[in-house]
Amino acid sequence: MSAPAVVMILAVLLIVLALVFYLVSTIVALRRITAGLDVVIGEVGEIVRKSAPVNDVVTTINEQLDAGVDLLEGLLVKKAGLTDAVGLVDGLYPGAAAAGFRNVPESTEVTAPRIGEVYTRGTLTLARLGREAPIAAASPAGEVLRNVEGGSTAARGLYPSVRHTSPEHLPTSPVIGTGAPEQYERREDVGAPRKRLPTERS
Amino acid sequence: MTLWWIGDAVLLLVVLPVVVYLLRGVLEAAKSIVPSVDGIATVATAGSKDLDAAELLLTTRDQVTETVAGLADYGGSLDVILDDAERR
Repeated sequence: MSAPAVVMILAVLLIVLALVFYLVSTIVALRRITAGLDVVIGEVGEIVRKSAPVNDVVTTINEQLDAGVDLLEGLLVKKAGLTDAVGLVDGLYPGAAAAGFRNVPESTEVTAPRIGEVYTRGTLTLARLGREAPIAAASPAGEVLRNVEGGSTAARGLYPSVRHTSPEHLPTSPVIGTGAPEQYERREDVGAPRKRLPTERS
Repeated sequence: MTLWWIGDAVLLLVVLPVVVYLLRGVLEAAKSIVPSVDGIATVATAGSKDLDAAELLLTTRDQVTETVAGLADYGGSLDVILDDAERR
């Protein structure tokens, strides 16, 4: 056999070896990809199965909540009146008056009374829930909630607290530590063993 | 004989490098997909596990229905009570 033929055979052999090496490596990589995709397909199937009823359930929940909102809005508007209802909602959730009530389109045009600046949330709740509430019973102007233009001092007077009447005269907090204006020397007997009294002999 | 040697040279210097270059490209592309698929499988597994709580939505739906029903009852009663109180 001539030398060029041997070289040709060697060259072809090298090419075949390269083909085998790289193609086998590619096959191994593709098999790993296939195995990974099998896992993905299984998990995606689980996701699809688990999320299938979510749409219907959430739709039902939203319908129920819509009905509840309609009920509460209707009751509030009926009992408190549109203006006070808007003011009450805006007092509890500032800025909510701009959105208005869903079933009362004209509620967006109502200027919300500034109830929330005068009364706290708890006071509003008490005023709405019971006529025995202090804010409703002691107010000389009658139903305080309806009197949205009433001054805040009237409400503050119902709760005699120093923080409500004169906050500028509150005593300042004491300064303690090395920066305190009054420095006291430590007593020597503090922390020392207690002196034992002599026992009486009979 | 000269042509034979030229053919050998072409085979060794042109064909073999080209074959190796192309096959290496295919192999590297295939290997680069494997981590991505493994990552997708991990995320899909975690997502499936996260959706285990989706079944609780059925309980939530029932409870919301009961709550709204109770709310309607209370609302109706409150409506009547306030009407009576205003008449007094």
